[in-house]
Amino acid sequence: MSHQLETAQHPASLRRVAIDTVSRVEGHGKVTILLDERNQVRQVRLHIVEFRGFERFIQGRPYWEVPVMVQRLCGICPVSHHLAASKALDQVVGATRLTPAAEKIRRLMHYGQILQSHALHFFYLCSPDLLFGFDSEVSRRNIVGIAAAHPEIAKRGVLLRKFGQEVIHVTAGKRVHGTGSIPGGVNKAVTLGERALLLGDIYQIVGWCRDAVHLIKQLHAQNPALYKEFGVCRSNTMSLVGPDGDLDFYHGSLRARDGNGGILFDGVDYRDYAEHIQEEVKPWSYMKFPFFAAFGKRNGWYKVGPLARVQNCDHIPTPLAEAERREFADYCGGMPTHAPLAYHWTRMIEMLHAAETIKDLLHDDDILGDDLVRTGERATEGVGVIEAPRGTLIHHYRVDEDDLVTMCNLIVSTTHNNQAMNEAIRQVARRYLDGREITEGLLNHIEVAIRCFDPCLSCATHALGQMPLAVELVDAGGALVHSLCRNGDGSIGQASA
Amino acid sequence: MQPGVVVFAIGNRSRGDDAIGPLLLERLGSALAATAHSGEFELIEDYQLQIEHALDLQGRRLALFIDAGCGTPAPLEFYAVGTAPAPVVRNTHELPPQGVLDVYRQIALAEPPPAFVLCVRGECFELGEDLSQPAKAHVEAAWRQLALLCAQPDAALWRAMVTAKNPLQNEICDGPIQGA
Repeated sequence: MSHQLETAQHPASLRRVAIDTVSRVEGHGKVTILLDERNQVRQVRLHIVEFRGFERFIQGRPYWEVPVMVQRLCGICPVSHHLAASKALDQVVGATRLTPAAEKIRRLMHYGQILQSHALHFFYLCSPDLLFGFDSEVSRRNIVGIAAAHPEIAKRGVLLRKFGQEVIHVTAGKRVHGTGSIPGGVNKAVTLGERALLLGDIYQIVGWCRDAVHLIKQLHAQNPALYKEFGVCRSNTMSLVGPDGDLDFYHGSLRARDGNGGILFDGVDYRDYAEHIQEEVKPWSYMKFPFFAAFGKRNGWYKVGPLARVQNCDHIPTPLAEAERREFADYCGGMPTHAPLAYHWTRMIEMLHAAETIKDLLHDDDILGDDLVRTGERATEGVGVIEAPRGTLIHHYRVDEDDLVTMCNLIVSTTHNNQAMNEAIRQVARRYLDGREITEGLLNHIEVAIRCFDPCLSCATHALGQMPLAVELVDAGGALVHSLCRNGDGSIGQASA
Repeated sequence: MQPGVVVFAIGNRSRGDDAIGPLLLERLGSALAATAHSGEFELIEDYQLQIEHALDLQGRRLALFIDAGCGTPAPLEFYAVGTAPAPVVRNTHELPPQGVLDVYRQIALAEPPPAFVLCVRGECFELGEDLSQPAKAHVEAAWRQLALLCAQPDAALWRAMVTAKNPLQNEICDGPIQGA
């Protein structure tokens, strides 16, 4: 598996282009591209510019605070951290098996999170690129542009988000900083009134999710060459699968496949993750580069997230999504696809599955139950793994006899995809930028490739007044040749030296 | 009956001065609980403004967004969100208040309620940090402004209290520019 274009031979003699920050991804990232005198791409890197530091922040805290505290890691997928931490701390309180009510309420919360996150990504972050074109007028490439040109699509995106948030509200108790999941179970059942409220909308939601799958299928059909070839990067894949090899976002064992779909490992207890996954540190990025230990740094890197999950599982346990998975597999000719744009198709299949699962759970009377918590023999260590919207999320804690956290290790979904994102943008840079004058539209191709993975690059800090995007071309002598700058007020300025 | 005024506070309590909005909202909630006005207000805290917040504007007569600012005037600025289209959204993990209003226009096919921003300057947004000393002073100034606003939840009166024009628009404020 190639690492070409990661490190150039003589970087000092090359021109440097920086996309800083990458727009329409969660958090902040930067891409640097080194070009030679003929505008040939020599080096491409995705940098993560913000250091997270959450693992140290959590040390010394009482373990029961952790499921609530970790939600502040991320403003986009706080529920994923809430549940992964809870699963790890279930082991610390000795809850080897949750009550049916607790597990199903957690599942309901998690599938609500998957639905709202996937809806945000597709309708809000990616649909502008897909519906208007990668190098379309930049002022239209946003949700407001979508709302103007495709008001029904924009409206459905908003209402799907809202429904997912309502599911989270019902199960977590609050819209943000939910406290619903606790070590050993949950602290709140669903009421009859809450169930009736959600059931009133769920059939419409399932229908809209199905329409969204059909929309992305149409886009593939309209331009199959682009969707099959853009940024392709062959790699291994990894995800949780359920006991029958089915798609399961909440619980299961780890399965990995190679680029041809062959099984590398299967049925791995996720508490043993450290035996199978190691992380490489590179000096130019804060984000680590995980790889399968048995295959080494060069050949062991892998993808996670919707594209990995839908191709890794044997089937999807809801009928509409399973039918769509089969159609997707047929479209790919029975072999795994490694096209980043196929992430969108699989993400919509997952959103449909999440909606169907929510419907089924809402009809299950267990979610109304009052047997909510289990405890058992106290332990000092726990590992929790779930499939978050962006991929496999690992939380690992050690707790001392005073109930304080002494060690915390997190491998977040986006970290697993670090090498894959870098490889994808190198492919795109080689295909679209080599030998050409750099334009905003061409640079957006790089960002489109990154957005396929739906990366979440940092935590949820934000403040009014901070939204810059600067692109600079610097010649071999370090002098600024050309720059593009997106200002905080939305205007785009150009300057030539 | 749905409260006529919605107040959004945006920020992450674990990130230093990003907690300014949530802390002000918490204080407002406590203060309102002791008054007869509490039923007029709905208080919403979130990490970021997102597209679905447009739906929280439905049926309101007035909206206020409280947020920490970086590099914005100290201790605060208070301005009306204008009617011009929002600027291009760049980091789309969040919307500016103006973007939320734009989404509302597209979804509801109607004009949103009059909306205002109380932007309180923050200095440090590091993980695990408490409010910085300057931010604590800014919060006190902002609280005085917020208490005044919520004692008179009226769009015309709020327009008369703006301290700045919307930095994201070249809109001319129709109220006097005052020091905060």
